[in-house]
Amino acid sequence: MERRSFLKWAGLGALGTAAAPLATAIQKSAPHVQPAAGELKAKRWAMVIDTRKCLKERGCTKCIEACDQGHNVPYLFPGRRLPLLSNPKHEVKWDWKEPFDHVFPELSGPFLEPAKKEEPTLVMCNHCDDPPCVRVCPTQATFKRADGIVMQDLHRCIGCRYCMVACPFGSRSFNWEDPRQYFAPWTPGEPEANPDFPTRTKGVVEKCTFCAERLDVGEMPLCVEACAKVFAPLGTSPAMTFGDRDDPKSPVAQILRTANVVRRKPELGTSPNVFYIL
Amino acid sequence: MLESALRGSRRYWTLITGLLVLIAIGAIAYAGQFIHGLGLTGMSRDVVWGLYVSQLTFLVGVAASAVMVVLPYYLHHFKAFGKMTILGEFLAITAVVMCILFVTVDLGQPMRFMNIFLHPTPHSMLFWDTVVLFGYLTLNVIISRATLRAERAGMPPPKWVKPLIYLSVPWAVSIHTVTAFLYCGLAGRTFWESAILAPRFLASAFAAGPALLILLALVVRRTTKFDPGLQAIDKLAEIVAYAMAINAFFILLEVFTTMYSHVPEDIAHYTYAYLGLHGHTMLVPWSWASVTLAVVALVLLIVPRFRRNHKLLVFGCIAVYGSLWIDKGLAMVLTGFVPSPLDDVTQYYPTGRELLIALGIYALGALVLTVLYKIAISVREELQA
Repeated sequence: MERRSFLKWAGLGALGTAAAPLATAIQKSAPHVQPAAGELKAKRWAMVIDTRKCLKERGCTKCIEACDQGHNVPYLFPGRRLPLLSNPKHEVKWDWKEPFDHVFPELSGPFLEPAKKEEPTLVMCNHCDDPPCVRVCPTQATFKRADGIVMQDLHRCIGCRYCMVACPFGSRSFNWEDPRQYFAPWTPGEPEANPDFPTRTKGVVEKCTFCAERLDVGEMPLCVEACAKVFAPLGTSPAMTFGDRDDPKSPVAQILRTANVVRRKPELGTSPNVFYIL
Repeated sequence: MLESALRGSRRYWTLITGLLVLIAIGAIAYAGQFIHGLGLTGMSRDVVWGLYVSQLTFLVGVAASAVMVVLPYYLHHFKAFGKMTILGEFLAITAVVMCILFVTVDLGQPMRFMNIFLHPTPHSMLFWDTVVLFGYLTLNVIISRATLRAERAGMPPPKWVKPLIYLSVPWAVSIHTVTAFLYCGLAGRTFWESAILAPRFLASAFAAGPALLILLALVVRRTTKFDPGLQAIDKLAEIVAYAMAINAFFILLEVFTTMYSHVPEDIAHYTYAYLGLHGHTMLVPWSWASVTLAVVALVLLIVPRFRRNHKLLVFGCIAVYGSLWIDKGLAMVLTGFVPSPLDDVTQYYPTGRELLIALGIYALGALVLTVLYKIAISVREELQA
């Protein structure tokens, strides 16, 4: 190679080396995704579940149905599609109901009547301020967004299940099997899976996302929307309220200011963002 | 040096073939799990980790225990361990290889294993556990290779290897400490939430590892011309006795703290392990077997007359190993999951496939150990000839 051309190429190389960080910087400063026009934003999303109201609709599972259907969750209700599941120990649950004394053992005194103890109580991921699942994940596949939502990167998850061991609420589910084999149409004639939401593969951990994908397009979480639909004809406010905890004007913030709310296992310091009125 | 592993007696090749068959069976069993998912194991939503992670926990201890021969030999110039050291280091290498395999078969997405290094996460104890395990493996491979080569050439080990040997001592402690941190830093899992978990792990490791090493040394002594030395075996037996006693002491400390404080949540786990909870008694016979074996082991090891009798010592070492395998390779992990965070009692039974996969990994460990020991023994036999 001639000296002249060597210098030319070397110069170009140097320029390239200098340009690379610049290009990265430009790339970083530009937004990756254009936000949708009606996107819902919050400093810290939170949920309030008024179990007193929920009880009025005893046996109502509209919130769970909406979630499972919308998110292609393979577990469904006993009598509906459960027999398809080969092993109930492998259930995937995003939101579901547990007996009251399992959710709040410290509030179930020895004299509480059995019916009260067994009252089905809605549980889901608490989207904790200090989530242990995020702390233990070895690949940052589970992470916390600026608005408080604890999310899961299903393409990065290695399936070690350490997050499930760390979660003190049992809110995380592992795909022990291929979930797609348990899909069936909800109503005859409909497609097997909701085409608008990704299905998952075996070997990854998933959980409630506070419907981050819906907030992005200006819609409330599916469970909250379903609950509102149940209560609309009754003329009262629904059992579930969702909004920005840090916006004083939001209904959630107003409830938190005025009502006696409890959270699950507050002594552990994870600071859940799902609040209960009992 | 590796070529000496390719020359051997008929008995050697029979052993190798037998182990290869077991490995093949394990591999076939794993292929099924790889295709269909971890649903083919006995694990569940509530008992999230089972046999695989338990074996990891136990074998990290076996790996760490090499320090019990390395430290007296290199730091205190305890010459009797001169021939035992290489056996200890090779056992450590084998144990770490098995640990890494047990982690891998436990992953839902094993092809993404490298994500741990692609996205390093300093706040995750599992990330650190992987780092220290790979580091310990590397250290032991370099050290054992350098010292064995030097020995074959009739020279003292090269100078540069000394700092690595010194580094391997705290490193051995670190692998088991970090493994304990996997468990004891989890709020709400009260069975593991104990500052004494790491020291307890180390005590049980320094009992189980050297116990296995004694058994291996006795086998080597009987089947080959290589003699690791009776004084070394006796010294190791003393180490096992002390470590086993300290481990029993630590367990009793845990039991006292839990039982005397009367916190129902804490007691529930112990109830499940030793008495059964809500009629679920799967672990109960195992737990009591572990206790019984521990008592037998302590009697055989603490009484000098029994300990110095090598026939009884064999039973003592088997009792130690059995007791601690149940305690750490089974009960420690499982008990922590029962009752679950939602107060449910779900039992775990490993499936046949899970057992075959575990057996395959143990066979692979035995194969690695056989080959490594064959190399070490060939070098020694060459020198003696």
